[in-house]
Amino acid sequence: MKDAPTHYCPGCGHGLVHRLICECIDEMGLRDTTIAVAPVGCAVLAYDYWDFDTTEAAHGRTPAVATAIKRVHPKNLVFTYQGDGDLAAIGTAEIIHAGNRGENISVIFVNNGVYGMTGGQMAPTTLLGQRTATSQFTRRSDKEGFPLKIMEMMQVLPGVTYLERTSIHSPKEVINAKRAIKKSFQTQINGNGFSMVEIISPCPTYWGMTPVRSMKRIKEEVMEEYELGVVKDAS
Amino acid sequence: MKTRYLSTGNEACAEGAIRAGCQFYAGYPITPQNEITAYMSRRMEETGWTFIQSESELSAISMVFGASVAGARAMTSSSSPGISLKQEGISYLAGCELPGVIINVMRGGPGLGNISTAQSDYFQATKGGGHGDYHSIVYAPASVQEMFDFTYKAFAKADEYRTPVMILADGTLGQMMEPVEFDDDIEPSGRVTKPWAMTGAKGRKANSVKSLLLGDGVLERHNEKLQEKYNEIEEKEVMYHDHDTDDADIVMVAYGTTGRIAYSCMNKLREEGVKIGLFRPQTLWPFPYKEISHLAAQGTKFLVIEMSSGQMLQDVRMAVQDDKRISFWGRLGGGIPTEEEIIETVKKM
Amino acid sequence: MAEKTCNLKIDIERCKGCLLCIEVCPVKILKASEHVNKRGIQYVVLTDPEKCTGCTLCAMMCPDCAITIE
Repeated sequence: MKDAPTHYCPGCGHGLVHRLICECIDEMGLRDTTIAVAPVGCAVLAYDYWDFDTTEAAHGRTPAVATAIKRVHPKNLVFTYQGDGDLAAIGTAEIIHAGNRGENISVIFVNNGVYGMTGGQMAPTTLLGQRTATSQFTRRSDKEGFPLKIMEMMQVLPGVTYLERTSIHSPKEVINAKRAIKKSFQTQINGNGFSMVEIISPCPTYWGMTPVRSMKRIKEEVMEEYELGVVKDAS
Repeated sequence: MKTRYLSTGNEACAEGAIRAGCQFYAGYPITPQNEITAYMSRRMEETGWTFIQSESELSAISMVFGASVAGARAMTSSSSPGISLKQEGISYLAGCELPGVIINVMRGGPGLGNISTAQSDYFQATKGGGHGDYHSIVYAPASVQEMFDFTYKAFAKADEYRTPVMILADGTLGQMMEPVEFDDDIEPSGRVTKPWAMTGAKGRKANSVKSLLLGDGVLERHNEKLQEKYNEIEEKEVMYHDHDTDDADIVMVAYGTTGRIAYSCMNKLREEGVKIGLFRPQTLWPFPYKEISHLAAQGTKFLVIEMSSGQMLQDVRMAVQDDKRISFWGRLGGGIPTEEEIIETVKKM
Repeated sequence: MAEKTCNLKIDIERCKGCLLCIEVCPVKILKASEHVNKRGIQYVVLTDPEKCTGCTLCAMMCPDCAITIE
């Protein structure tokens, strides 16, 4: 991690997840071989904070870029870092097909249920009843559809090796999220194929609540919809 | 020793890429360029490199981005509707200053159009295409041999200038068969080191390749740098063929398939004693403004022939600066100008 | 009994005042300062260093790498 203050809002989960990734890379001694692909979204500036090779992708094409990097450098650790807009909306095709091809990459999927960078619009993962800039009457299933569960969709793909949904709302869950990230990296190093770790993360700014309250919301509301745990493990 | 065989334009283009050391190809099926994708699926495997049939053209061009940012020579191919989708990634290649080769075997549009030959993507190819202030180098082959030669050359130029390069072919060129010839021992040319590439930061500072430049004035400076590069390309990389223009009263300007038809018309008209020549741009960007301007200074008239409503025509008008001396013959939506039509147009001039 | 010294450090300029650390501290020795840092943020301070158990939960939850415990 570079010694630079992040641009994230107070209590935003991205900074914490960035740090977890860096801790995993340091502890596993992977800094010299890591190549990361940053998304379009709040984490677009991740390359300003990470002290390893990083590049960008057009919105949602992150797994396509990572696919090609990994094919060119099969011995390097290649991971994407994606939000719910990047991965679950505009990049749905790319993530499904990277998984289906069994690309030997790791995907860190940060799900905060809202578009942060553009001002708090509805995401595919937004909960029913949640008010956002573009679901002003709250998200209703008959008009805006249902929260999209990418992990459960990916689970049925034979090419996918390891899927786990984690959270960072408490120290216990932070430790668990870190373990899952490490496992994902190890899966790749072992050549076992596609893995993805979803991390439920808070967006206090566009959830309209304090950081502390946001962490409580994850436990009380978000986890009701998005069950934590290993979704698939064939590693 | 030379290798010489009969090939379609599409397959010659693909072999040109192989001989140029293409290490990564991603593509999505679309007519009339499918032979490129099929050929690459075999040849890339044989050469030990990577072929991926992607889930979409959006993905294919982003894979080219990924392979390129990783330091590899990379290519994708498509036809008009697919090339529209690829504009996203081409803009990112330009913004990140990444090399990449894109083949467009043009077909009729707009929309799904048809699968006949066309030249109606000229504006898209030469004026940028995607968002932002950029250009791709655009080669316009007019034979199966040039499909090979220009694709081969495209990889070296892409690396030299760190820029996307497009081969703007058309359905006729892609499908037709002609002999193609190249040295048996042809090797990739113009290899460069890529210290900026994503390889893992072992023993060096971390690399970061991006087009998001938010700092005050940073994006403006980046664009100025791009424009300097484009100026250099305009100065050094113009290519064209001219035939019998020295004594010509009329010069036809045409590229690709229409360039071939015009060549045949020229020979027939010359036999009849008409002093006519042909100017065939081989690069559409950079466009040979200066060269056409020189011809205009001789007092010649011009006939621009295209399979479009007159897109290259705009560039010829800029070069000639005298609309009264320029005539145009174009066919639309997959129509191909006939020799009779062209000869009749010439005789009316 | 020898005095126990806590080696917890808060980089007040990195602190964004989210207060997540206060919430997880098992011995409740972190609190929001009455002062603000250069960015105008009410940062977090350590009230009773001697009570710190060095459990690192606060650092673990900090999104901004503002807390270090050696």
